[in-house]
Amino acid sequence: MLATKAIADDLAGAAPIKGRSLWADARARFFRNKAAVAGLFVLVCVAAFALFGPLIATWNYEDIDWTVLGNVAEAGRPSLENGHWFGTDALGRDLFARTAQGTQVSLMVGIVGALISVIVGTFYGAVAGYFGGRIDGVMMRVVDVLMSIPYMFVLILLLVVFGRSMLMLFIGIGLVSWLDMARIARGQTLTLRNKEFVEAAVATGVGPFTIIRRHIVPNLLGVVIVYATLLVPSMIIYESFISFLGLGVQEPLTSWGALINDGAAEMNNGTLWMLLVPLFFFVITLFGFFFVGDGLRDALDPKDR
Amino acid sequence: MLTFILKRLLIAIPVLLILIVGTFVLMYTAPGSPFATERGIPPAVLANLEAQYGLDQPFIVQIWRYIVGIVTEFDFGPSFIYRDQDVNDLIGQGFPVTLTYGVWSFIVAVLVGGTLGILAAVRHNTWLDYLAVGISIGAQVLPNFVLAPILVLVFTLLLGWLPGGGWQGGQWEYVILPVIALSTSFMASIARISRASMLEVLTSNFIRTARAKGLPMRRVIFRHALKPALLPVISYLGPAFVGMITGSVVIDIYFSTGGIGQFFVASALNRDYGVMMGITVLLGALTILFNLVVDILYAWIDPKIRY
Amino acid sequence: MALLDVTDLSVSFDTPDGQVHAVNGMSLTLDPGDSLAIVGESGSGKTQLAFGILGLLAKNGTSRGSVKFNGQEILNLPEAQLNKIRANEIAMIFQDPMTSLNPYMRVGEQMAEVLMLHQGTSKRDALEDSAKMLDAVRIPDARSRLRMYPHEFSGGMRQRIMAAMALLCRPKLLIADEPTTALDVTVQNQIMELMADIQRDFGTALILITHDLGIVAGTCAETLVMYGGQVMEHGTTDDVFEAPSHPYTLGLLKAVPRLDVPQDALQTIPGDPPDLTALPPGCPFSPRCPLSHAPCTRTMPPLEAFGSGRFRACHAPREDVV
Repeated sequence: MLATKAIADDLAGAAPIKGRSLWADARARFFRNKAAVAGLFVLVCVAAFALFGPLIATWNYEDIDWTVLGNVAEAGRPSLENGHWFGTDALGRDLFARTAQGTQVSLMVGIVGALISVIVGTFYGAVAGYFGGRIDGVMMRVVDVLMSIPYMFVLILLLVVFGRSMLMLFIGIGLVSWLDMARIARGQTLTLRNKEFVEAAVATGVGPFTIIRRHIVPNLLGVVIVYATLLVPSMIIYESFISFLGLGVQEPLTSWGALINDGAAEMNNGTLWMLLVPLFFFVITLFGFFFVGDGLRDALDPKDR
Repeated sequence: MLTFILKRLLIAIPVLLILIVGTFVLMYTAPGSPFATERGIPPAVLANLEAQYGLDQPFIVQIWRYIVGIVTEFDFGPSFIYRDQDVNDLIGQGFPVTLTYGVWSFIVAVLVGGTLGILAAVRHNTWLDYLAVGISIGAQVLPNFVLAPILVLVFTLLLGWLPGGGWQGGQWEYVILPVIALSTSFMASIARISRASMLEVLTSNFIRTARAKGLPMRRVIFRHALKPALLPVISYLGPAFVGMITGSVVIDIYFSTGGIGQFFVASALNRDYGVMMGITVLLGALTILFNLVVDILYAWIDPKIRY
Repeated sequence: MALLDVTDLSVSFDTPDGQVHAVNGMSLTLDPGDSLAIVGESGSGKTQLAFGILGLLAKNGTSRGSVKFNGQEILNLPEAQLNKIRANEIAMIFQDPMTSLNPYMRVGEQMAEVLMLHQGTSKRDALEDSAKMLDAVRIPDARSRLRMYPHEFSGGMRQRIMAAMALLCRPKLLIADEPTTALDVTVQNQIMELMADIQRDFGTALILITHDLGIVAGTCAETLVMYGGQVMEHGTTDDVFEAPSHPYTLGLLKAVPRLDVPQDALQTIPGDPPDLTALPPGCPFSPRCPLSHAPCTRTMPPLEAFGSGRFRACHAPREDVV
């Protein structure tokens, strides 16, 4: 009796040490990676700026400061006195408020676009990889075909034909970029399909879609998370590209691409802050996502390197 | 090899048709007449215009005419805005420009990126390696529409070395900045890909065999490691081509080079469906053709691919 | 004069987990035409010993000690001088024939470049000689196969090609690192016969590195047993097999499945191969050794000669090893 209690106590003491899951291991590895932690910190700061920036800004993002207009190069400089901490844009609107608002749009498009493409791509790839054979052949042929289409032109076409809207932008960007994810998910599924736990599920009569949902997709999660992190910056780049061309978000709303475009257009007039402020946020955010993505890849897949 | 090429060509044709039909359907379903932007046109004139462009015909007739025009006469149809020009005129104006800086950008990206990546891998963990990694990380966050203003800021406004726009028939000083702006991010990607694959190849067993045969390092790298290390780079050429075509739009807008990207954006803003469709189909066809070339190149290098 | 004279050779690697000591003060000699089997579990350092001799260590590896080939010190020679010895004087066959040949080059070119480099042969003559050598390792229709790529051959065929390529320059020493591990059992026998034939016909000295005691007996005159990067025992193959003088050798022999003696269960050596980042101060085998006693955990026993040309490194009396 006493002996069993001693053993139980022993086990109770030992359990927390042994119970380190793969995820806990990965977390420890991630937080040892200084670049990744720094990237995460930057991303948290940028997100906080997007969320709380409009609240603390002294100006609204669409209001024109008439005292500045007409003399933007002098009066519109970044200054603490008139509340334009980042200066104003060419129309005398507060750049701090506009950058905060643009950050919201860019981050949202980036994250939602990545989410759409990851969800579509993962399920498409998992289904193709799981069923294999002719279904796989046809499904991947479709991906190949879509990949050889200059998608950005098609996306612009969509925006022009169906009118510019945020929703269209989300759907368009998400739908043109699920192809890579589908390929990755398929490759991983092909190896998972032959694993014992999948065979066991098949042998006990579980249906294919249940197997995909319960056994395949959870095991794809590591790869998917890494890829999603690396996908967000490319979504942001796409959105900025379209906004740069003047086909993205509509005035007075803005985004990083639109702000960079506006700033670049005013470059000759000695108002460099209009370019440098949005550029700064754009660059550090992309760096942040890339470092976090690399860190996650190393943490979740340590053999890869 | 010949059957392999023919097979691939046979696949490319339906892909191209799908692209044409898809684009056409998109345009056809677009709300409103392409001429509706010009307000105050009397209905009779509008009907007359539509008849002139064949838009009053049933869908099947329209699309059939369009495809036949492209296939038999290489005719991409009319512009709905510039009455005296058709898409072929615009392509004729813009395409040589796009081609010039596009080809240069491609060469720079592949040669500089490939060399940098291979050298970095061969000199792993030296200053050269760190430089290459630094450049490729830095270039990742500088897509062409960000890099273009920065280049103009530095080389035109601050240093005054190079013109910040224009084309002037493709004189070299007008070509340099567009090429740098367009090629840098792809150069960086190619450097990253070739470095990673070279590093992996250099640890493979057959490289150790080559060293055990007493081959000098130079020969090991050039004769044994280079080919397999370049395979991932070749797979990347297709996406890079698509990316560069997309990027050419930014280059045309930003540097006023007058390439087809400029016409595309202008037509997008004007809702000039004819031009948009024509350019999309042309670039799609080019992309499909280029992917075909890449596939053949890959099969030629990798003996394990069966034709 | 000995053909190969290895003295106190150590190989270590710098890794993120610390120094890995793969080989720790190995010594051995080999005369021209001799054949030596180096036997040990995986992780005993036998492959790194071979790589160390030929200067083929990975970039983070360093080797210390002395390796004399024909009286000339070759350890840590500059790459250019080592390249004159590699394949020309000392050739090597690797473990995995599937990946050891370059998949992107024709077999003929891979072979011919050895001769063109070391002997300045013209390409045509080099291809001719390569075809003859493929004939010699019994690859049928050799001439037409020169134009084929490695993936068009089976595993056993590829290992024959590796052997043919290694023999092109008539090296004085051939090091075969687990030449049969990746192959089917029936093919294994053919390759081992080939090794014996090569040794006889070409007069090449042979070092055969293996974990499989079963293939040693018919091939090599001498056997060296390795553990934790050190020599455990060394003697003629017959002596070592008939009267093992080291508990580790005994354990290895008992672990070989036999058909001639009825066995209920295959014996294994309990425990794991040593952690090469943190070797015990004494004998590396002591944590797994049934005869381990106090001195074993403190000092490494010296390699002592006994009998007729035999060596052993063990604190336990020889009579206890049965």
